[in-house]
This record gives sequence, C-alpha cells and structure tokens, in this order.
Amino acid sequence: MSLALDRATSAAAPATSPATLQPFRTAAGGLIDRSQPLPFTFDGHAYTGVAGDTLASALLANGVRLVGRSFKYHRPRGILSAGSEEPNALVELRTGARREPNTRATVAELYEGLETASQNRWPSLRYDALSINALAAPVFAAGFYYKTFMWPASFWEKLYEPLIRRAAGLGRAAEAPDPDHYDRMHAHCDVLVIGGGPAGLAAALAAGRAGARVILVDEEATPGGRLLAERRTIGALAGTTWAGDAIGELRAMPDVRILSRTTLFGVYDHGQYGAIERVSDHVAVPEEHAPRQRYWRIAAKRAILAAGAIERPHVFGGNDRPGVMLAGAVRAYINKYGVLPGREFAVFTTSDDGWRTVADAVAAGARVVAVIDSRFEVRAGLTQAAVAAGARIMLGAQVIDTAGRPELAAITVMSDAGRTETIRCDCLAMANGWNPIVHLDSHLSRKPVWDARISAFVPGGLPGGMTAVGAAKGQFLLSDCLDGGARAGAAAAADCGFAAVSPPPYTTDPESDAHEPLWRARAGRGKAFVDFQNDVAATDIELAHREGFRAVEHLKRYTTLGMATDQGKTSNMAGLGIMAELTGQPLPQVGTTVFRPPFTPVAIGALAGHHRGQDFRATRHTPSHGWAEANGAVFVTSGQWLRAAYFPQTGETDWLETVRREVSTVRSAVGICDVSTFGKIDIQGRDAIKLIDKVCANAFASLPVGKARYAIVLREDGFVMDDGTVTRLGDTHFVMTASTANAARVMQHLEYAHQWLYPHLDVQMTSVSEQWAQFAIAGPHARDTLRRIIDPAVDISNEAFPFLAAAAITVGGGIAARLFRISFSGELAYELAVPAGYGDAAWRAILNAGASYGITPYGTEALSVMRIEKGHVATAEINGQTTARDLGLGGMMAKKKDFIGRLMKERPALIEPERPIVVGVRPVDPNDRIRAGSHFIGVDVTPGPEADEGYLTSVAFSPVLGQWIGIGLLKNGAQRHGERVRAYDPVRNGDVVVEICAPCFVDPKEEKLRV
Amino acid sequence: MRYSLLSVLQQAFKGQRDWTPQWRDAAPKASYDVIIVGGGGHGLATAYYLAEQHGIRNVAVLERSHVGSGNIGRNTTIVRSNYLLPGNVPFYEKSMQLWERLEQDINYNAMVSQRGVLNLYHTDGQRDAYARRGNGMRINGIDAELLDQDQVRAMVPFLDFDNARFPIQGGLLQRRGGTVRHDAVAWGYARAASDRGVDIIQNCAVTGIRRENGRVVGVDTTRGYIGAKKVGLAVAGASSQLAAMVDMRLPIESHVLTAFVSEGLKPLIDTVVTFGAGHFYVSQSDKGGLVFGGDIDGYNSYASRGNLATIEDVMEGGMALWPGLGRLRVLRHWGGVMDMSMDGSPIIDKTHIEGLYLNAGWCYGGFKATPASGFCFAHTIANDAPHALNAAFRLDRFATGAVIDEKGVGAQPNLH
Ligand SMILES: Cc1cc2nc3c(=O)[nH]c(=O)nc-3n(C[C@H](O)[C@H](O)[C@H](O)COP(=O)(O)OP(=O)(O)OC[C@H]3O[C@@H](n4cnc5c(N)ncnc54)[C@H](O)[C@@H]3O)c2cc1C
Repeated sequence: MSLALDRATSAAAPATSPATLQPFRTAAGGLIDRSQPLPFTFDGHAYTGVAGDTLASALLANGVRLVGRSFKYHRPRGILSAGSEEPNALVELRTGARREPNTRATVAELYEGLETASQNRWPSLRYDALSINALAAPVFAAGFYYKTFMWPASFWEKLYEPLIRRAAGLGRAAEAPDPDHYDRMHAHCDVLVIGGGPAGLAAALAAGRAGARVILVDEEATPGGRLLAERRTIGALAGTTWAGDAIGELRAMPDVRILSRTTLFGVYDHGQYGAIERVSDHVAVPEEHAPRQRYWRIAAKRAILAAGAIERPHVFGGNDRPGVMLAGAVRAYINKYGVLPGREFAVFTTSDDGWRTVADAVAAGARVVAVIDSRFEVRAGLTQAAVAAGARIMLGAQVIDTAGRPELAAITVMSDAGRTETIRCDCLAMANGWNPIVHLDSHLSRKPVWDARISAFVPGGLPGGMTAVGAAKGQFLLSDCLDGGARAGAAAAADCGFAAVSPPPYTTDPESDAHEPLWRARAGRGKAFVDFQNDVAATDIELAHREGFRAVEHLKRYTTLGMATDQGKTSNMAGLGIMAELTGQPLPQVGTTVFRPPFTPVAIGALAGHHRGQDFRATRHTPSHGWAEANGAVFVTSGQWLRAAYFPQTGETDWLETVRREVSTVRSAVGICDVSTFGKIDIQGRDAIKLIDKVCANAFASLPVGKARYAIVLREDGFVMDDGTVTRLGDTHFVMTASTANAARVMQHLEYAHQWLYPHLDVQMTSVSEQWAQFAIAGPHARDTLRRIIDPAVDISNEAFPFLAAAAITVGGGIAARLFRISFSGELAYELAVPAGYGDAAWRAILNAGASYGITPYGTEALSVMRIEKGHVATAEINGQTTARDLGLGGMMAKKKDFIGRLMKERPALIEPERPIVVGVRPVDPNDRIRAGSHFIGVDVTPGPEADEGYLTSVAFSPVLGQWIGIGLLKNGAQRHGERVRAYDPVRNGDVVVEICAPCFVDPKEEKLRV
Repeated sequence: MRYSLLSVLQQAFKGQRDWTPQWRDAAPKASYDVIIVGGGGHGLATAYYLAEQHGIRNVAVLERSHVGSGNIGRNTTIVRSNYLLPGNVPFYEKSMQLWERLEQDINYNAMVSQRGVLNLYHTDGQRDAYARRGNGMRINGIDAELLDQDQVRAMVPFLDFDNARFPIQGGLLQRRGGTVRHDAVAWGYARAASDRGVDIIQNCAVTGIRRENGRVVGVDTTRGYIGAKKVGLAVAGASSQLAAMVDMRLPIESHVLTAFVSEGLKPLIDTVVTFGAGHFYVSQSDKGGLVFGGDIDGYNSYASRGNLATIEDVMEGGMALWPGLGRLRVLRHWGGVMDMSMDGSPIIDKTHIEGLYLNAGWCYGGFKATPASGFCFAHTIANDAPHALNAAFRLDRFATGAVIDEKGVGAQPNLH
C-alpha cells in the first residue's frame, strides 16, 4: 500500500474566504477582529494575521502547517495544541537582543511586524540536513549514548561531545544583554483563583460577591478558558457572552483583581504562589517605563485551583505529522480564532467530546470525511452530526499510520477485523480524554491519585488552603465546573470570614464526558511518538522496560520522556499507560512523575526583577563619599560599601606612588580616613558588661568608664570570629565596633548570645553603624588638627585624654560627637564619630583644620599598608580558620572568666604547637615583590604536599622600609624568626626567598601612639 | 552484554531485542557480609569497590525508593578538585583521577566532560584567596590557573564586564574540572556492582539497625529483617535519621538546595562558571539546558523543595553575572536534601558501634566525590580502618578540633 500522496492537496486549494490573504480563515465567527490585519513574518516569508490571533492561529490561517523540527530526529512538526501545553510548535520570536528562543507559537500573541523563525533546522525548515538522523533512528534508541562513545577516552570532549552539543539544544539565545526590564510585585489576598475558565470564573464570582479580596489569574489575554473555544450555552447565554459578563462583574468589584496574561507558575510553602504577568509580550517593544513582564509573589489564605485539563493525544504511527492535532485545539482554532486547520477533517476519538469537533468543523465550512472511534459502541445521538455531514463512522477502528510530505495528506485506519484502508484528509483531530492539570498541586510534593471514572490522575491531598474545582479536579461537565466552582468560591470566602451567599445552580446545554482511553493504537509502520518534543517513541518505552528502567523516574530519565520544555504535559500519561501494559500492572501502580515548578517556563529576567547591573545589590556610600568623588578618589568595593582606596593627586602616575605619599604624610604629619564602614553596636543595660564579657575573649569587667579596649570575639568553636573595640561610655552604656566585613555577623552573634544563650541578662542593643560617621585622624599632628574643630571645653591633652581614652564630646559648637583615642596605623591617632548627617561637614572641617599641617586624606590602601607595617591582623588573617594563638593574640585570652569559645579553643588540634602562626616576612632581595596567597616552602625543597608550610596572607610596599613586606601564617612560625623560606606562587610565576621576622616592622615599642 | 559500538549497532538491526536489565532488581537474601544503606552514588560506588577491589561480593545495597532517586540524580553535575585544605586536597584529586577513567572501569558512558571550572573573583582579597588555593593545588600536582580579567573575557565574553555592580577581576580555572552525567553514574555503578554479584534491592527502606553486644547484626527494613556482618550508611540527606536509629546524634543538619535547568539552547557556554559576588553557578548540559543553582535555602528541612526567596536570589545572581540570560527561561527547578556538616567537609569513618560505618556530610559537593568516596568507604569497611585519603574525614574531628573548614565559617552549616 502506498501512502505517498501529493502533499496537502487541499492546503494548496484556492481560498474561498474573503480574507484572501488568509486562505484558511473562516468567513465569520471567532473572537478576533478581522478589521485589524497584522502583518508578520515566519522564516522570512510575509504573512498577515488579525488582531486576536496567536502566532499559531495566524500561521494556520495562512496554511502554514510545518513550523518546526524535533529535537533528536529532526522530524517535521506542526501545531498540536492551542495552548501552553504545546510540545511541537516551538519558534524563535523577534530579532537582535530581544530574540527569544523556544516560544510556543500557541501562546505567542500576534502583533504587527512580529518576526518569527523556525529552529533546530539547517539549511531550511523544509529541507533539514539533520533529518537524516531519522534514518539512524534504530541506533539512536533511548540511552544509546550511555553504551558507546567511550573509546578512546580522550575523544569524548574533543569529538563526540561537541558534535552532540551542536546537534542538540533547540533555539538560539540572544547574544546581547536583555534590553527590557522586569517588575516584581508582592500581593496578598483572601482567595486566589488559578484559572479563569468557567470553574474559575464561577469561583471568583462567588468569593467576590461575598466581599473577599480575590485575585484571579489567567494565562490568556482574555479569561474564559474552554468557554471561548467551544460553542456552549449557560442558561440563555452563549458561553462566550456569559464569560464576558462574569469578567465585567468581577472588574466592577473593588477588591477583585484580574490578572490576565498571567501564569501561575508555582506553589510554594506557607500559601505562597509565584506568577508571571506578560505585560508587554503582545507588543513589539514595551511602552516607556513599562516592564516586559511582572513577577508576582502572592500570599493567599485560600487558593482555588481551576486550571483546567489537557487533552491527551493518541499514540500511533506517524502521529507527529503536521496536521495531526488535538481535537480540542481544532475546535479552539475554529471557534476562537476563526481558522480552519484543514479542509478535510478526520476525527480519531475515544471520548464523546471528540465528536463535538464534527459539528464545529462543518459549521465553519469544512468537510469531515471520517470519524474513527475505537469504542465499539457509542451513545445514541452522538453520531448525529457526523451522519448529517456525510462522514464515515468507523467504530472499533483505530488510526495506525499517516502519510504526507511532510504535512498530513492521508491516514491509515485499521478496523477491528484488522483490515486497513487509507483515507485522505489534511487534518486529523485526536481526542483521547483529558488529564486534569495536577502540576500545581503536586509542587508541594503531593501525589495525585487515580480516578478510574475518567482514567486520569486527579489532585490527591492538596496543599493547605487549596481546593480544586472543575476540569482540574476531573469534573469535565460544564455544569459541574460552574456549580463546583461557585461552591468552592463561596466556601473559600466563608473560610476567610465572609458571609457567602449560596449560589443558584447553573444550567447548560446537554453534554457527556463518556470516554475509554486507548494508551496506544495498534502498531503501524511509522514511529509512534509519546513525547513529541523529546522524540520518545513507544518503542523507547519498550526498551526502557527491557533494560529495567521501569520505575517512573527511571523511565523518564532513561528515555527523557517528559523532560522537555512542556514537562510532558501531553505525553506522561501515555508513557505510563504503555509501561502499565508492559509490566502488567494497573496504571496507578506504575505511579506518576512529580511535576515541578514552574508550570510553564519562566524568564530568568522576570524572577530577577530589577536586581541586575548596578542595581544587583544596594550600594552603600560613606559620609565622605561626595567629597572623595569630587576629589578624584579611586574606590574599592568592600561588601556593599564603596570605600576610597586612595586619593591620587595631579602628577602622580600610579597607585603605589599615591599610597606611598599618603602613608608618608600620615607618618610624618597627619591624615584622615573614613572608617564609618566599621560595625558599631550600641549596647546598654544593667547587664551589658556581662554580655560583653561573654562575647569577648579578653577581660572587660575592669574596663573603666571613658576607656576603649581592643576586643576579640571567638566563635563557639573557639576560632576567632572578629576583632574590634569595646568602649565604656557610661556605667551601663557601651559601643562595640566590628570589622566592615563582619559587622552584620557580629551583631547577629550578639543577638544570638543574648536571645539564646543568656536570655536572663538585662541588656538591649542596636546597630548604629549607619547613624555615626567615623573618621580616623592619625599622625604626629592629629591632636593639633583635632583641637581646631572640637569645642574649647574639651581637653584632649595627652594627660587628660591618653591612649585608649574615649568620651562623648562636642564639636563645631555643640554637635554631639564621640572621640576615641585608638590607632590602627601605629601613630598618634583618634577616631572621631559624629552623627552621620554631620559627616560630610566634619570631614571638610577636619581637612581645613589640618591644611596647615599638610593633612592628607588616605584610603583603604594606605590604611592596609600601615596596619601591615604594624603587624595588626585583619580579615586576611582572621579568615575563620585561625585561632587567637595563631594570630599571636593567645596571651590576651582571659584566664579567669567564662566566654564563648573558651573550652572549644583548647581542643587538641587547636593548640598543636605545629600550627601555622602569624609571622612577618620580607624579601631577602629588597627589590623582590611578594604576593598574598603565595605558599611557604623550604628554600631547597621541591614543591610537594609535604613541603607546604603555610602561606602569605597580606603584603604591602612599606614606605618606611622601602621594600615589600608581608604577614603570613607559618608552621611553628614563632620559633623561626631569622630563617629563610620561599614565597612560592606558581599561579603567578612567583618564587621569592623571604626572611621570617616578627610581624611588626614599625615602632615595635609602640611609643608613637602614646605621645 | 558488554556495551560497545558494535553491540549498539547489532541491536539497532535486531530491534533492540537482546538488551537485558542493566542491573538485577534483586530480592533480599537472609543475610549479607556487608549491607550498604542508600542506593545513591556513594552507596553504589562503595558496593562496586567492595566487589572489585576487595573481593567482597556478598553485598546488598538497600534503597528505600529506586536507585538514583536521591541527590545523585538531583545535583548540578559539577566535578572538580580545586580544594584548599590538606585534608581535602588529595581525596578530591583521587576522585578526579577516578572520573578520568570511569568509563573504562565500568563500561558505561557517564559523559565525563572536562570542560573546565572557572571561579570568578571580584576583589583583591578574593584574588589572593584564590591564589592561595591555586598555589596549594599546584604544590599538590593539580592543575590550576589564575586568570586576569582579559583571560576571563576571552573565555566567556558574554558575562557582564562593563556595567557590573561587582566587576569581574579574574578567575581561578581548573581545566580538568567539568561535569558528569549524574544519572549515568548511578546506573553505571549499579550495573557494574550488580555484574560483580552485588544485590541491588530497591523499595527497601531501612527502618532499624539491630545490635547485639555492641555490634551490628542486621537491619530491619520495609522488606523484612536482613542480617549483616557490617553495615555502611551512605544516605546523604537522611544521615541524621539513620544515625538516630542507633541513638547517634551526628554533627550534621539537613538543608534544602535548589537547582534549575533552562529550556534547551544551542551551545552557549562551554565551561562551568561560578559567580564570586553572589550565589550563582552555571554550566550547559549536552542536551542544551543551562544547569544552574545558588545557595541553600538556609533553614533546616527534610522537604526536597525550595522556596521563592532563594529562587529570586539565584536569578538575581544570574542576571548580574550574565545579563543575556534575561529572556531565557527556567524550565524546572527542584530540590535535594543536603547533609550539611559542621565544617563543610565529609565524614567517612567507623562509628563507635562495631560493624557500623558512616559516610555522610557531603553538603552540596558530594557528587564530585562519588568515586573516591566509594573507593575510601569500601576500604574503610573492608579493613575496618580508613584509607590514607580519608584519614582526615573522622567523625571525632569536631571533638579534637581537626576540622576541615574550607570557608572558615565555623559550625554553622547553613553558611558552608
Ligand atoms: C541541587 C543539588 C545540586 C548539587 N550540585 C552538586 C554539584 O554540582 N557537584 C557536586 O559535587 N555535588 C553536588 N550536589 C551534592 C551531591 O549531589 C550529593 O552530595 C551526593 O549526591 C550525595 O551522595 P549520594 O549520591 O550517595 O546521595 P543520594 O543520592 O541522596 O543517596 C542517598 C540514598 O539513600 C536513600 N535512603 C535514605 N534513607 C534511607 C533508608 N532509611 N533506607 C534505605 N535507603 C535510604 C535515599 O533514598 C537515597 O537514594 C548537589 C546536590 C543537590 C541537591
């Protein structure tokens, strides 16, 4: 028998419709606006659709049925569905930076000038070179790649994998950053209604009428669901009219929000829902200031799942040929879009609703040549329209093959007796029952349950607060959808405390949902596909069964069934059905796959919202930022902060020169540095000192009022968390500082200690990091400079205000300030804190005051150089892996009190004498440069695991010494001063001999800071 | 049947008729020399090495669901040996070497793809920390390169180099790192173990561990009691639950980690990249999906599903790093329960109960460890003593202080 008929004879037939450019557009009907033509292109060819079209309906209206190529075999594919479940018609939309791959043509709304293209084909859609893959299909069975491509080992990355990667994938991503922006919204409601079909509309009406705050989300441009795709009546109204009225009533309610073009993509814990609103995807470019899409995070007390159902295809030879479509989709194209997907229809059904297609097609002017129903008996009256249309009625028969090049031109039907015959047609409508959308309710790991009446899975135990209604619950009759929806809406509102009115029952035209599923038709010659997009055929499922991949998840992963962008919306059930046949188990025992969020794919940009580019994270500016920026400072990021790294002056050519000048000026005159980024925590209360004594490892009980002290904070496990200072401003009032990097962590640690470990202590604390600007003023002229800005009554002479003194003072004529005599640089130094609002003024005032001494602003680089010269440890050394002893601070640990980390720091491995300990290093050749991150190995030792003795944590060029110096952690370091080792840095080609010394290079007796 | 090009071709002509189950779906025997609890990557690899290296073949792997249903089939497939601390470095390098010959060892193509792992740095401090790490690797004979911005740009020009909040300064590259097809690892080890006599028993959850005189004698399961001379636990996210059966409290918390895959795309990115200024990492699978992820959700959970706050955070990281991702779509996200240890490093050790062995604490990085973990755990069980490679992975290290804390965040599992 030859099926090689002419390609789509009827498709080429001259159009009879008045819209001559669209030969398959019906003369009238549909929810489209024929007066608004919309030109668009597909693969460079110009076409015209009309307002209200999707790309799919417009292509069909123009007789374009071949729209894509499949993933593995590059089989020609058309349009299967009319909704978001589409597995085949994936296209590329737009061009340039807005190019968007893999969009389902069935959900892309048409707009004027839309440019679209098919994907995964070369050189053209019709003649695709890789369609030869189909010839090798016997080799390319499921999982074949696990069994081969192993020899020689090195060929995988070099040869096989690049070939596979190039052939795989679907669409092409844009090459430029996404030019559009995305919004993020948080919303709260009493009742969230998911899906605006008849059940959802009835639910929203009932809840809204009761006064509940309702959000109704619906995927489509206009809610209405199947009411828009079928010819139904509710009461005396056409279904479409009823839907329009319902939407109108809802829109008029003040506490109801309708989000159309919005997909609820995921259900999360605690009544959280994620949704994406496609604000501007139906226009060429978003309006000014409008986002492309808006991501909604919705918190709802109650949710009503009214997401409907998805029709099931048949599995038979050549079922993937363009022109083979879901029956419900055929009706949608006819009734909603005024498009005939063909001229000569056949229907292959196992359900009563499949027969509806006949009357709709005939009413729209098509011919129905045959209705094939695999059931042997059907309800009287069901066949009426088909008889009237003169269609052949073939009961107990099945379609087993198709033909056409490549679009459908004929089908092969096998009768119950096994006789086959060929029937010409250009559109085959498949009806095989419906699957309730159990995706969303299974996002919280609830398993759907089997409903034998409809041979489908329905929602099982639903997430808290959620109910399912209508087709989503397996109730396919319109009357059940409406009544069930209304009842659920009223109940949800009542749950939220609104008196709900019990709704009157709805009446509809007669209907029937009788159905007997057929998981796979009898074998034909062609490949029978289960998962269209991933090219999983019935034979692949047989192979998986043979190889032991029988558990649902195994089946899925081994064959890739259900792993495509549609997550198997149209394929999973058939896959399970076939596996059930093969294993002889009842279908529900085979199990179901777990559907995961998102329901349909979601743009990454939408979930990120505005957090991209410079707005990825907040930028924190220090109080002196404005001045620094105006004066040419170079900034460095430190967490979210921007800090001035150094302040180049005219004539300085590199950063090192600038930093040297800054350091030298501080050491010889005076400098000022913004240290406001340090954490500052205000601690008050009767037991404040007790908490501080617990949190800090050194002793504080003896700290007098008016004194600051260096503080070390250990983690519970005995390692150092951070260092800073604690100052006693009053008997029960302290300020604690933390490093910039650990500001939040130390605050959290204090809260933890208070709330969890010592809840009985009477203490309050709050972070005041942002309330106070704080500047370090350092250098021999620091006091002289300060004197010029503090109020005259404040005595800061060395006697009155010695090293480590601290006080609340006033500056600039009565402005409250705090002064601390502490030093990071090793010079005579103070830190002055003023309320942040005065920070900029104070900064400028200090610069003025110091001008005659030659004051310089200095940045983090100079700060770092000076602390390394002094051997003070900082974040590079306090890296969470070091103990106080490692850092040379072991002697400061209090002996007589308990504190967090006290016992744990004594664990054997933490007190091992061999542990790397802080040392200073300097290159033996003063011209050598060293780099942090170098490892220490013996001078004559070959690098190897045993040779590793520690590493260099921080380096600086010391203007005082005129050479590079560093701090590092070296095994047994305290005993090795004077010894030489290599600072080995192979990743930067460095290898420098250094001498170990004490980690303090300047003023080891600490005389300067006490003058 | 041995897998080869020839067998694949032959079967193509025979309608794939002769293939048989890849591993025997065994029913439990009354007792075994060794029972491994957990049919994830580590459990299956352990069984394989027990049979292959130690000649111990009277072994059962008990899996509560089906093989590969846990984290082995949920991870983002990244393998690397770019570790910092001496306790970890040789172990992960051993794993890398075992990956490099996995296909030949087990006659299964797990698509080990050494396409490089690039960790970006954005500050001088991060650069120096990566230099420290890279130098340590080089000293141990492991490949590592510290790239500057231009070198990174040449590799991945589409990242945000011009308008980034945290500009990319460079990266640490391990070219031998890459990805491996995760399911194939589970299936390949299952097949190889089964071929060597190991019983792989699915839908068999361990509900109790029986002891007599301080020694393990067997396990209660949903398929009845099974005797055993030795029992090894390799249950990843369920470790604390299993340990509780013998009244042990482990230094482990369970947390959920979410992973994502995009729709299939033509080749875009040929390496694994991790962002250094946020939690985000990405690679592309052979099928074309971008596989990516970020941080754990941060609260203790046995539910293998994540929530929106973390999902947003991951996407923000993605867009900050690679603004061209905006219009690409996430196809699926899923979670796995992580056995987060107190120092972020694993435990492969004996326990205080004779005959009971523990393999746990893998955090979100245990996939790469699968071969070495199996190798070391098998050694530890067979010899009742750890191998040199897992000598540092002791359970008592939290008492002794010999912790292996790569991140230096201490005993706060949600920060590792
Ligand atoms: C999202 C995600 C991304 C990750 N990304 C990476 C990555 O890129 N690189 C990397 O190296 N690692 C990664 N990991 C971590 C890695 O997957 C795990 O560390 C590793 O897989 C754990 O070892 P396993 O394979 O043995 O665990 P699993 O596969 O989880 O195996 C444990 C098994 O024990 C079974 N079990 C539990 N309780 C019982 C019981 N009572 N009786 C019987 N059986 C039981 C479980 O069902 C499970 O199958 C990631 C993990 C996740 C979740």
